[in-house]
This record gives sequence, structure tokens and C-alpha cells, in this order.
Amino acid sequence: MDLDFTPVWEGWRELGHGALVTIEVTSASLLLGCAIGLLIGIARLEPKRRLIYGAASAYVTCIRGTPLLVQLFLLFFGLPQFNILLPAFFCGVLGLGLYSGAYVSEIVRGAIQSIDRGQMEAARSLGMSYVQAMRIIIIPQAVVRMIPPLGNEFIALIKNSALVSLLTITDLMHEGQKIISVSYRSLEVYLAVAAIYLLLTSTTNFILRRIETRLRAGGLVQ
Amino acid sequence: MTSPQQPIVLARDVVKRFGDHTVLDRVSFAVDPSQVVVIIGPSGSGKSTLLRCCNALEVPEAGSITICDTVLVKDGVVIPDRALNALRMQVGMVFQSFNLFPHLSVLDNITVGPRTLRKVPRAEAEAAARALLEKVGLAEKADAYPGTLSGGQKQRVAIARALAMKPRVMLFDEPTSALDPELVGEVLQVMKTLAREGMTMLIVTHEMGFAREVADVVMVMDGGRIIEQGPPEQIFGAPSNPRTRSFLDAVISRT
Repeated sequence: MDLDFTPVWEGWRELGHGALVTIEVTSASLLLGCAIGLLIGIARLEPKRRLIYGAASAYVTCIRGTPLLVQLFLLFFGLPQFNILLPAFFCGVLGLGLYSGAYVSEIVRGAIQSIDRGQMEAARSLGMSYVQAMRIIIIPQAVVRMIPPLGNEFIALIKNSALVSLLTITDLMHEGQKIISVSYRSLEVYLAVAAIYLLLTSTTNFILRRIETRLRAGGLVQ
Repeated sequence: MTSPQQPIVLARDVVKRFGDHTVLDRVSFAVDPSQVVVIIGPSGSGKSTLLRCCNALEVPEAGSITICDTVLVKDGVVIPDRALNALRMQVGMVFQSFNLFPHLSVLDNITVGPRTLRKVPRAEAEAAARALLEKVGLAEKADAYPGTLSGGQKQRVAIARALAMKPRVMLFDEPTSALDPELVGEVLQVMKTLAREGMTMLIVTHEMGFAREVADVVMVMDGGRIIEQGPPEQIFGAPSNPRTRSFLDAVISRT
């Protein structure tokens, strides 16, 4: 068996462009996921507020209980039946963001609930409203605790983003497949694609470790 | 103890239950302006719960509590949030476990209340906070974070944080119970200074020496009721209730 990496070298521009698109899709969906996750996570803090809690829980159940690929296809191929035609990139980001939001919401909820009850009591005793106490006292502390699990979520999102290649988005996976379709060098190209994903995930991991070390040094993480 | 003024804290027939367990059984008492009232009693007697009812951290099922002429809670209903927050600004609370905000510096712990709730400008709030830190003997710790302080230092910052809101009454929930023995004195010292300055205080504590020295009125609780109350000389010198006597015997022989 002989390996021929020539198509990879010749296609480095396309692969580089694909990697950039992957970074764009992932970053945008992480931002969307964090925004959704924060709202849903807070909504699921208090089971007594039945309507909000119930709606948020239903969202998390549906998103976590169905395949991401099905969700992406529903957005991209399903919505056009109602004449809702979303651009592919938008669909990809929306799909990944909605998906990630469900997982981030659990991270948010866990982090907020891990903050000592005395913090809320102390803030309310000063005279702060629930919202003020959340914004000024609880969430800033919770965010620090969210960073390690959010890192895992970010890495999962980078890998999951390969699915958006099926929505015609020219991400890393898509560019790889285009090269394969003309060169028939599946093994070599997929190996190269895997290596680039590995580079993206390990760089992310490295940066997150640095942030965590900084926070620990600042005494903000116990 | 007669006072021409209205009491700062007035509790009438307060009842609090946790499930089937009645923690407070029709408790009534009053704290007059500048009075120091100390609540003692065995653990589980309802002392802390009673104190926490006084700023609605616990909501009593029946009875009423009036703070600074405002009804805080009546027949299980707490006043609306807005009024509650305004009332809480006048009631300083000091917790057993300090509950300082770990992500804020000592100075910010003290100024966050005045700045966000009373809209005091930063410079003014910080000057006031530094003066309070001076008072509790921690002027040099303004920029430190709570994680770097000893327990005694944390509790003194917590007292300064409560004082920064210029409260009309201070509630202390076992303020020295989480401290190493050698750190208790520094916190009690700050509380004595406050008492001398005329701060109205309601204190739950196990420090009998402190109660004897500082209290105007000592209330003894047992089984969710106030079984005896009076000036410290009477409570510690000639308790009339046998349960008070056995509690004091147990506590004082231990130390």
C-alpha cells in the first residue's frame, strides 16, 4: 500500500479555508449556545415557576434526545416547506447553537446551583433584588466555574460542526470531501482533515487550560 | 424597660414550622432603639430561625414582625419585594459563615451595597468603606480578597459590609461560632464598640461572657419559646426557670 499525500499539499488553500469556516461556524454557534444556555439554565433554576421551568425542560429534553443531524436537516430541508429559506451558514449556526444551548444550560444551572446559598442570602440581606443579586453576586462567581465544562462543550462543538458540511457549508470536512471527489485519496485526505481537527481542538484545550490557570492564580477558582 | 420611642423590632406571636416540627411557637418580643438584646439557648431551640425571620430570610406562618414601624410579615405574608428590599437596607445581617463575596475585594464587598442600592458615588462609598475598615481594625486589607483573610478578619469585614448600609438595627447570627477560639475576641471587641455607640442589636450567640457584659436584655429560648428574659444579672445570677439553669450549668461548666 502506498500513500500519496500530493492532493493534500495541492489542496492546502482549500483545507485552510475550510478550517477557517469551521472556526467561524463553531465560534458563532458557541456564542449563540451560551446566550441560549444562560437563559434556559436560569429558567430551570426554580421548578416552582412551572411554566418557565416546564418550557425550558421540554427544550432540553427534545434537543438532547434527538440526533443533531436530524435537527440540522429539519432546519435546512424541513423549513423550506413553509417557505422559510435560511442561508446554509445561518442554518448551521442556528442548529449547532440550539443544540449546544441545551448542554450549556446544564452547565449554567450546575454552576449557579454550586454557589453557596449564603451568597444569595447575604446579597438579599443587603437589600438587593433577586435580579441584582444574580447579576452582581451569583453569576460572576458561577461564570468562573463554568469555564472548564464550557471548554469541553467548545471542543465537542468543533467536532460536531463537521455535520454542517452536509448543509453545503464549505467547512473543513466539506473541503476535504471535495478534494477526495477529484483525487479518490480518501485515506490521506481524511487523515489530513482529522489532523487539522486535532490541531483545532488541542489549541482550544491549551488556551482554556491557560485561562483556568490564570483564574486559579487569581484565587477565583477554589 | 420603658421607652418613649417605638421599638425597632417588634415580634408578635411568631410561629414557624418546618414540616411537622414547630420551630417557633408563638414568640413575642421587642427590641428598643439602642438596645442590645442577646438570644441564648440550646441548639435547635429556634434562636437562629427567629433572627432570620427578622429580615424575612425565613417566613413565619403566623404572627407578625414589625421593623422600624414597617410591617415586614404578617400572617405568613411578606410585604412586596420592593418594600422588602427597602426595609432590608435598614437591617444589617451578620452570618455565622460570613458569606463575604469571594469575587470582590474587601473594599468592593463593603461598597457594593451602598453603590448599587443607595446610589452613593464610588469615591464617597470608598471613603466611607475605608473609615469602616479603620474602625474594625482592617484598614490595610482594603484591596485584599476574602480568600486571603482569617475567619476573624472575614467576620469583621462582614460587619463593616453591613454597617456600610447605615442600618438602624444589626442582626448577628452566631457571629463567632465558626471561628477558631483565639479569633473570637477580635470580633466581640468590634461588637462591643458598636453597642457602646448605641447601635440597636439583636444577637444570637453562645458567648456567655459577652452576653453578660454587653446585653441589656437576655432572652433564653428553648423548644421554640422564649422561656425567660431579663437583664443579664438576673438571667445569669438568679435564673427563675429550671431549664435556664440547666442550660447555663451545661454551658458554663464546659468553659
